[in-house]
Amino acid sequence: MATLDLQGVRKSFGTTHVLHGIDMTLADGEMVVIVGASGCGKSTLLRIVAGLETPSAGRVLLDGRDVTQAEPSARDMAMVFQNYALYPHMRVFDNMAYALRIRGLSREEIARRVQEAADMLGLDALLDRKPRQLSGGQRQRVAMGRAIVREPKLFLFDEPLSNLDAKLRVQMRAEIRRLQRRLGITSLYVTHDQTEAMTLGDRLLVLNQGHAAQLAPPMEIFERPADTHVATLIGAPAMNLFAATLTQGGTVAVLENGAVIRLGARYPGQDGAALTLGIRPEHVAIAPDGMPLEVDLIEPLGSETLIHGRIADGASVVLRVVGPASLQALRIALPADALHVFDGETGKRVETVSRPAMAG
Amino acid sequence: MERRTIFPQRGLPALLVAPQLAVTIVFFFWPAAQAIRLSFEQQDPFGLSTVFVGLDNYAALLADASWRASAARTLVFCASVSVLSMALGLVFAVFADQELRGRAIYRMLLIWPYAVAPALAAVLWILLLHPQIGLLGRGLDHVLAWFGARWDYKIDGAQAMLAVILASAWKQVSYNFIFFLAGLQSIPRAVTEAARMDGAKGWRRFRTITLPLLMPTMVFLLVVNVTYAAFDTFGTIQAMTQGGPGTSTETLVVKVYRDGHDNGDLGGSSAQSVVLMVLVIALTAAQFRAFGRERD
Amino acid sequence: MRANWAAHAVLLFGVLLFAVPVWLIVAGATQDTDAIARGELSLLPHLSGLGIFGSVLREGATGVPPVWRMLLISFGMAMVIAVGKIAISLLSAFAIVFFRFPFRLVCFWLIFVTLMLPVEVRIVPTYEVMSSLHLIDTFSGLTVPLIASATATLLFRQVFVALPDELVEAARMDGAGPWRFFRDIVVPVSSTSLAALFVILFVYGWNQYLWPLLVATDPKLQTVVVGIVRMVGVEGVTEWNRVMATATLALLPPIAVVLLMQRWFVRGLTEGEK
Repeated sequence: MATLDLQGVRKSFGTTHVLHGIDMTLADGEMVVIVGASGCGKSTLLRIVAGLETPSAGRVLLDGRDVTQAEPSARDMAMVFQNYALYPHMRVFDNMAYALRIRGLSREEIARRVQEAADMLGLDALLDRKPRQLSGGQRQRVAMGRAIVREPKLFLFDEPLSNLDAKLRVQMRAEIRRLQRRLGITSLYVTHDQTEAMTLGDRLLVLNQGHAAQLAPPMEIFERPADTHVATLIGAPAMNLFAATLTQGGTVAVLENGAVIRLGARYPGQDGAALTLGIRPEHVAIAPDGMPLEVDLIEPLGSETLIHGRIADGASVVLRVVGPASLQALRIALPADALHVFDGETGKRVETVSRPAMAG
Repeated sequence: MERRTIFPQRGLPALLVAPQLAVTIVFFFWPAAQAIRLSFEQQDPFGLSTVFVGLDNYAALLADASWRASAARTLVFCASVSVLSMALGLVFAVFADQELRGRAIYRMLLIWPYAVAPALAAVLWILLLHPQIGLLGRGLDHVLAWFGARWDYKIDGAQAMLAVILASAWKQVSYNFIFFLAGLQSIPRAVTEAARMDGAKGWRRFRTITLPLLMPTMVFLLVVNVTYAAFDTFGTIQAMTQGGPGTSTETLVVKVYRDGHDNGDLGGSSAQSVVLMVLVIALTAAQFRAFGRERD
Repeated sequence: MRANWAAHAVLLFGVLLFAVPVWLIVAGATQDTDAIARGELSLLPHLSGLGIFGSVLREGATGVPPVWRMLLISFGMAMVIAVGKIAISLLSAFAIVFFRFPFRLVCFWLIFVTLMLPVEVRIVPTYEVMSSLHLIDTFSGLTVPLIASATATLLFRQVFVALPDELVEAARMDGAGPWRFFRDIVVPVSSTSLAALFVILFVYGWNQYLWPLLVATDPKLQTVVVGIVRMVGVEGVTEWNRVMATATLALLPPIAVVLLMQRWFVRGLTEGEK
């Protein structure tokens, strides 16, 4: 049980700047998922929290105590590594007991905690085995068991599911979430997989090349992404983006191919300002009087169909249609209430200055 | 380990193997066979005829107090050299494995001694330990003189043993360093980090995580070091003490040379050679098993 | 990079442990032999004594031929052993791995067994054999017997067995016979092992003591390592400065080889056998 506070955390390796000032507070019992593409700095941030790296600037506070320079052993945090990092020469039982022995817990207490964790994770039958005799999924559970028995203030997860096959990943995802909720331990989870991020996090921290792009609950990130990077990262297939120009006093956007899109509200900016319009594939509407779409590829997924195509000036569009479909030529429309407006140069989300006019 | 895809020719490969086989048979098996044959024979005092004596030479060997002493001496020598050079090699490897400025230079400066010949290592250590000339030796001689003792490895048997142990171990540290460093680097970093997260610091982490994972390397190196100490140190001992004073640094391999070359005892020396061959075979087999396990 | 003074101290100690004795002979070579005999050997070189290196190269010392000659012999020996051993082993390993021929396995085991028989163990009988073949005091006698041991063959065998089948099959589809395959694919693929082995074998050949001692009694064929030990010879008449100068010269080539090819050498050592 603990709160975690990151203040202005920066990290540079020589002349390479990896993190540019991260601020975040985790409430007690909260699970925050750090999500981003490879190389965005998420693992570095986790390792700074763990104490395996020291930040170039900024502070890390655990329960109000400054642990920025403290050794990992002094931080009371447990980490689940991507490759599990089990001690190859020890049995499963000893792997889990190792940290407890160092702390000098009694044999009875150690046995009790290990047994409890083993029961929770279904490892009872495996306690005498060595890591090399275990499957990937079993090793991952032992790695978690090792973290659980510590009863730490903070759980750290470094992409623990990326080495598992798809089916196992889905199963373990749910188990991790259930476990975290049950134990109520504050957790920081790193992943590049947006599905894991959406399902596991109470809040998500989206990192883009060392910058915090957005920190918010999953649905807010999905429905109101803070910039184009976040918008295309979360949600699959990715949001469609169109280059456009603002006109008519901020109420209408004109695409490159000349199509006129009503924005349904007034947006700030001069006429002629560059915009990027975003709309998710599932919100693209089929409208008999809309823009013509030349269909490139149809992907039937059974429960839905993905249609890939191009509009007049070559911009590509993906739309999602429920059920089977086999349309060759379409006309589409971009409904105003599903539009996301971003600044054409910075990519940042632009909010309306007035409420959308009510119908009528 | 066999290959599935092969070339069909039959004559060609025999031709390719021939050179090595030829040299092997002429310079390995023939002499080895000779050694075995000679070990079953005894020459008469005039060197005119030989008589088959069965296992007499071997029995004499085992009964020979000087041979047994030499064997015991070799054991002590091998153990000392191995422990000393492995310990130093390990210590240097542990520190060279850390994130340090100048790490690459340190490594380079600890690897080059591999190139020093055993015989030259002896010369270097003579120049360090010689009682009149040596950089350290002459000082040592003065200091010991205050206590009524002397430092002179040419006269004192125990000191001679110490001198050859030091020179032999010194030469071998580099080899151990290279292998220990490779062993340390093969331990996945995440495992060491997990140990840090679990609260294991410094010495405890080394003792419970690093050392156990280094065990295969250690076993392999132990066998290699014992083999080195038993055989490759001939040049070192010969150059430094010639096996003396008396027989105090006469290890088994030096004894074979002395008896066979200096004293002309072919039968006895051959028997010794055969015994050494058996020892080498056992050690090499052990080394292969150990290396196989290290590579897992 | 954390500044860790304990690590620096230990590693510095290690560096000095090896550097000081070598520096000692470099510096000592320039000092006066009588001064040395009186116990005045120091770590400070006398620049006036630098001529000793030239002198030793040209004239040698008592009972020992000019050092340039010995260096040449050592160099020749090391090169022949290194190159010869690599060549023979490449061919043998290639034959054993890529072909099936009668007695193939017998050949393999015969070669394998030689791993276990260093010269020190067969001293007397090997000398007899050399003698009867009239190879004593010949350059071939110095080098040929050291060419055939199994370490290199086994190393190459390992590398060859690990080559993917597809490589061989593709080559055969392209019309390559065994020789082309050997020259164009096998040898280039083994280049790291080749480099590592060269270092190991060159050093091995250069550093030999017992074998040249036995086989080369003619001073014209003396290697530099044997020469140095002979120079040390009898107590009391040793010209220590000459010994040290020669030792310095004798250490240069193998150290140079190890340093220049350090990376391949370390990789080859730790990935192969021995």
